[in-house]
Amino acid sequence: MPGPSALIDMQEVTKVYQMGETKVLALDGVSLSIEEGEYVAIVGTSGSGKSTLMNIVGLLDRPTDGVYRIRGHSAGDLTGRQLADLRNREIGFVFQQFNLLARAPAWRQVELPLFYAGIARSASRRRALETLAQVGLAERADHKPEELSGGQQQRVAIARALVNRPSLLLADEPTGALDTRTGEEVMALFEKLHAEGLTLIIITHDQEVADRARRVITMRDGAIISDLRGAAATTASGGTNGLREPALAPLPRPAVIEQIEEKVYEAG
Amino acid sequence: MKLVRYFPVAFDSIASNKMRASLTMLGIIIGVAAVLTILGIGRGASESILGEVASQGTTRLTISPVTETDGEGAGSPVQTLTMGDVKALADPAFHPDVVEVVPQYAGNLQLVAGSNNSQVRVTGTTAAYADVLRLEMAEGRFLTEDEITQMSNVIVIGTTVASDLFERTQVVGESVRIDGEPYTVVGVLEESGNAGFGSNDESGFIPIGAAHGRVFNVPRYRGEYVVTSISADALSEERVEAAELQIEQTLRLRHGLNAEDDNDFSISTQASLLETIDTVTGTLTLLLSSIAAISLVVGGIGIMNIMLVSVTERTKEIGLRKALGAHTSDVLLQFLIESLVLTLLGGLIGIAISYGAALLVSRIPNFSFDLLIGVDAVLMAVGVSAGCGLVFGLYPAMRATQLDPIEALRYE
Repeated sequence: MPGPSALIDMQEVTKVYQMGETKVLALDGVSLSIEEGEYVAIVGTSGSGKSTLMNIVGLLDRPTDGVYRIRGHSAGDLTGRQLADLRNREIGFVFQQFNLLARAPAWRQVELPLFYAGIARSASRRRALETLAQVGLAERADHKPEELSGGQQQRVAIARALVNRPSLLLADEPTGALDTRTGEEVMALFEKLHAEGLTLIIITHDQEVADRARRVITMRDGAIISDLRGAAATTASGGTNGLREPALAPLPRPAVIEQIEEKVYEAG
Repeated sequence: MKLVRYFPVAFDSIASNKMRASLTMLGIIIGVAAVLTILGIGRGASESILGEVASQGTTRLTISPVTETDGEGAGSPVQTLTMGDVKALADPAFHPDVVEVVPQYAGNLQLVAGSNNSQVRVTGTTAAYADVLRLEMAEGRFLTEDEITQMSNVIVIGTTVASDLFERTQVVGESVRIDGEPYTVVGVLEESGNAGFGSNDESGFIPIGAAHGRVFNVPRYRGEYVVTSISADALSEERVEAAELQIEQTLRLRHGLNAEDDNDFSISTQASLLETIDTVTGTLTLLLSSIAAISLVVGGIGIMNIMLVSVTERTKEIGLRKALGAHTSDVLLQFLIESLVLTLLGGLIGIAISYGAALLVSRIPNFSFDLLIGVDAVLMAVGVSAGCGLVFGLYPAMRATQLDPIEALRYE
């Protein structure tokens, strides 16, 4: 049962889309509770409802029915303005396609949420640079996206998601557009952040990515079909939901992570 | 002030697409430059004409006959203004506010000197004419009282006439012939400098008696020679109206007009002339500016078009900004200020161009007037271009706010 400290609390959330004449039931009575400091992967095939779930969790969309609370705020009772402020303060988004502004240098990308939080420019620049250092990009602060590799761009996007010190990082296929090695770097960064106490929700269909999470929620046809924690998440989930190959053992911590951490240490 | 913070965002966005931004601004640039330049021309021309009219004295009254309305001579002047009227008006007892009364009889004549000849507007007048009309002499002197009473064969000519006949302007003492009769040149008028209003460069002046008695075949009315117009000077600018009434009274009496009859003459003052010129140039300027203003509207529509394209192009950016916590008002202001910056920049460039044009015109020698671009016109231009930005940017900006962040983020 969800405790009063639950960061995210969903009760019987339903989402119906009107597609022309037909109604599509994207979420069918989902109940879910995520505590602060959890590391959750949401997996499922395309059309399983995981993106809709993420949009509702990320306050980009409202449930058709049911109750969604984030930090005790009920999304259904909030105005558009309040939702925007909550997105700004409580949630950091990381997207598959990075979604950086085409011509702005990295520190300006990172500064963006602070701009909308109404923080003065001198302070926001300093904080943007600090956050870039945190993701190991202190020296790339003035580089534009076209001058950065895919992995670096995604790290800029992560810095942008972190800059307002959100309670929750919401990543939608964060490694989807990256090769294996840079994807590994990004995942290592996420895990470091989680180790530092950040709540992490990763939406993915990549088994390797999901297997690293402490909790794996599997969705199909708008409903949660399994919700496994700890070791069970990596051993049992594959077998029970039948969506994928038998689960693999957690990957050993690759050398790259150490490298990144060294960099962060130097920059810090 | 949070509003100020959107300006760097707008500048970034404009700077990242310079080509498109400058093409968009072109409409506003051309519109503002055209309006300001035309206003400047109108004002400059008006000032120049008014200045010239004023330099000829603001106390002057000109009495001319009205034109026949019916009968054989319809359209030609009524032949009732005579030398008798001139003598009567010169009586200070009945006309205390009239100081000088000068008759004129003018016609076009062939002037000959050696093998050269020139078609000249020759006016028979009196010595006071130079005072009343504020004529300046370049050479010699104007006609004297003695020459008027003796109807001497003397002539004062304009510079153009002098150079046409003698190929030089120092021609005092030379002789010109009118109808074979020799006239001695006693003076050459100062050059007016331009082809503007009231130039005497192509005129000649002879004693009124000579014009009436010898040169022109002048008809008489009630025994007195007819004149083509009478100029008079009022005591002061304030007494012009009083002088006008006194003249009107005398002339009505002398011409035997009944109470119900209209005047067979008209009196125009410099003041009324100034007013007329002001109205005419004002109307012309307004007309031309309205045409130029159309280009501003076209420019504004160009802005709207580009902003709509920009909103569509940046759908994903808008979605992202909303996801990162932008309020609807943030998105609205961002796009509104972007179009405002675009039009203001265009407006400023347009102002610079029109100032450049004014500077250029002022450097052209002998150009009859300067472009006058006032602060009010510049402020208006800034206001109008900013207004264009806000009005034409509003719709695209509203479109941007209506984008659903989920759809926008997914947009490719």
